[in-house]
Amino acid sequence: MFSLVAVFLLFLIAYVGVEAAGLQVLFGVVIPYAAILVFIIGVVNRVIGWARSPVPFRIPSTCGQQRSLPWIKSSELDNPFTKQGVVARMLLEVLFFRSLFRNTKTMLDQGPKIYFRLELWLWLAALAFHWAFLTVIVRHLRLFTEPVPFWVALLEKLDGFFQVGVPGIFISGLVLLAAVFFLFLRRVIIPQVNYISLSQDFFPLFLIFGIAFTGILMRHFAKIDVTGAKQLAMGLVTFHPTIPQGIGGIFYVHLFFVSVLLAYFPFSKLMHMGGIFMSPTRNLPGNTRAVRHLNPWNYPVETHTYEEYEEEFREKMIDAGLPVEKE
Amino acid sequence: MSDPKPIELIEKINYTPPHTEWMDVPLNIRKGMYCYASNPKSVEYVHLPNARPWNPLEEDWKLPDNWKEIVHTAFRERLDRFRSFKVFMDICVRCGACADKCHFFIGTGDPKNMPVLRAELLRSVYRNDFTTAGKILGKVAGARELTLDVLKEWWYYFFQCTECRRCSVFCPYGIDTAEITIMAREIFNLLGLNIDWIATPIANCYRTGNHLGIQPHAFKEMLEFFVDDIEEKTGVKVEPTFNKKGADILFVTPSGDVFADPGTYTAMGYLMLFHYLKEQGLNVTWSTYASEGGNFGFFTSHEMMKRLNAKMYAEAKRLGVKWILGGECGHMWRVINQYMDTMNGPADFLEEPVSPITGTRFTNAKSTKMVHISEFTADLIYHNKLKLDKSRNDNLIVTYHDSCNPARGMGMFEEPRYVINSVCNHFHDMPRNTIREQTFCCGSGSGLNAGEDMELRLCGGLPRANAVKHVHEKYGVNMLACVCAIDRAVFPPLMDYWVPGVGVTGLTELVANALIMPGEAERTTNLRGEPLPGMEE
Repeated sequence: MFSLVAVFLLFLIAYVGVEAAGLQVLFGVVIPYAAILVFIIGVVNRVIGWARSPVPFRIPSTCGQQRSLPWIKSSELDNPFTKQGVVARMLLEVLFFRSLFRNTKTMLDQGPKIYFRLELWLWLAALAFHWAFLTVIVRHLRLFTEPVPFWVALLEKLDGFFQVGVPGIFISGLVLLAAVFFLFLRRVIIPQVNYISLSQDFFPLFLIFGIAFTGILMRHFAKIDVTGAKQLAMGLVTFHPTIPQGIGGIFYVHLFFVSVLLAYFPFSKLMHMGGIFMSPTRNLPGNTRAVRHLNPWNYPVETHTYEEYEEEFREKMIDAGLPVEKE
Repeated sequence: MSDPKPIELIEKINYTPPHTEWMDVPLNIRKGMYCYASNPKSVEYVHLPNARPWNPLEEDWKLPDNWKEIVHTAFRERLDRFRSFKVFMDICVRCGACADKCHFFIGTGDPKNMPVLRAELLRSVYRNDFTTAGKILGKVAGARELTLDVLKEWWYYFFQCTECRRCSVFCPYGIDTAEITIMAREIFNLLGLNIDWIATPIANCYRTGNHLGIQPHAFKEMLEFFVDDIEEKTGVKVEPTFNKKGADILFVTPSGDVFADPGTYTAMGYLMLFHYLKEQGLNVTWSTYASEGGNFGFFTSHEMMKRLNAKMYAEAKRLGVKWILGGECGHMWRVINQYMDTMNGPADFLEEPVSPITGTRFTNAKSTKMVHISEFTADLIYHNKLKLDKSRNDNLIVTYHDSCNPARGMGMFEEPRYVINSVCNHFHDMPRNTIREQTFCCGSGSGLNAGEDMELRLCGGLPRANAVKHVHEKYGVNMLACVCAIDRAVFPPLMDYWVPGVGVTGLTELVANALIMPGEAERTTNLRGEPLPGMEE
């Protein structure tokens, strides 16, 4: 397992680097800054790269009734005719993974009979994973802001709703961990998914698992100095980096994992986050017959003209009583 | 035919992939699963490069020496020209949602027919040639070098995709394997690697105006044969016009309907419908030059699609018609709905389509100026412009196959169902997961409807046939209606194989059977010459 080994190595690098070699500045300041830089430049680059390729044809996958005759009800969400419809379709796609919600499992018995069962575990796990991750990220804003905005505090309160233990357990962290574990399990257990999985499909899973795990470890078990962590974080965002004493190696591992994830992001499939907004089968209206779409590189082509056609078949056409241009 | 028995095909299907990693599974080009190589004469006729005789089963494909360079350059060009291609190469997370959505995977169990893996065939080379990670990490990053074996694997599997887009419906990012297959086939054509079932129809279409190579006089004769047939069955003599200047509407339909049963009955249906509407002001003409609705250029390259499609607007302009009416065809409508106006427009010499009978404005087609016959007919029926006797179709228990392209490249779901329900008393849809946007391909689309790949077609058609079988057993369905000429050509053998006892029909055939023609003699048979219900001896 290349990816698992890689994540372990990353763990060791950071832990040993801080605890044994005392490279706090490297792991606490230099690498995070570098990672953020790589992330921003990389993502912008990637998106510009996509944007540079034009969309020559308007080719949405139409997943609902077209708008045609006035008395036929059209499906403005699955086959939007207007921009607003497209925005609604994209919102459902981006926020709720609508397409994944259609997922079925195909089964075959020797009848032969093929049947389909709604299969929503992937949708559920994906949704749980992404929303939990977002919650965790937003929650972390409290380390980067002073004063902490009320909505961050509110979210934190909601997230810690169950008030189990001291400090209280955040639901998002547990959901994230569970969802990542599920997504990992299905890659191992479902034969088809296993067959198509590459090491780059496992790597981010392990990495994110590592991030969540070290996070929970710090909060509930290793109990690091949160004030120190906030000092460091504030230093980073205000561009006055400081290295407070005694935050502990685990924190630097956590930070290093995050840095690696950020730096890895633009070069990986994680770019699906940006790509979904640019997918021509989803972000275009199904109105191609009503509104002409322009292809910037449309070029003239060689055709077989009617004149050439008549030239070849004129006599036969005349014999058959077909009208011709030249007698 | 020595095709395997249904049970033998079924027994072969295993959805669990092998232990060997897919990159290490050697390619086996199997008889019955591929189409013959393009005839060099056809390739030459349309001036496509590297025409030569070659055989997929032979080791040497007689490729040009610089084939790798050609592929690399072509790949780069397409990444730069199509955002779809570039984004789809980059963002797949291999979640596997598409894996069991492809009819070829369901029917063969071959893991390389999972859409995700089909795309990975190309993506692996993309990573190697165009991404930093792939260049550095190689196989660990899922990259591999382009070799002759890889190219052959591409060829084999991109001619096992019918560009039906079912996978794209389920993909959370809308990744459309059809786009990827289209790019792969464009690259093949730069190397002279088309299949003949596409290459020769293209050459025919380029020259004679239709895939079948029917010359103008013969085209007219064939329709006149239908005229006689209609007269025999209805007592009404219909009078089609050809290449007529000053007609209001140009009618274009796939030539398959002129040529082979059961499409011919649909063609008769068009003739009858137009005749019926003539007195109400319909002035429509057929063209021998633009005598093909289908466009096998679409399965070759964007450029070839444009070259063939150009005839429709050119002919409409020459004849001076107001707008174009299109017959029942699948990929023809993907081309018209999503490409034609962009490629060969603007059609500013035409007018926004208005039905001369009902006055309905087809605002949804106001730029492309082309209307689908089902939209047209549904509008007529809605406005009570057709006198219909539904009971003439009472011997039929009908289900409807949403053809892939009108479904996922257009979204035409209700119009055909409305028409069927207006002309038939017995209609039952197939299960929800197999119709509308989730419809299953016939298994023979995108130029794969040849004879030599029959096993592939039977496998690919299994999910569709299975759904038909379900309603056949449950409701006694005995007729499969569709709006696609390829469907009409390929479903009869598919039904005979998997669901004996189910016939195949176009929509307009059903309409014509129910249509009470002015001045008709007592109708005792349908267009097929079979006795109408209650008229059996």
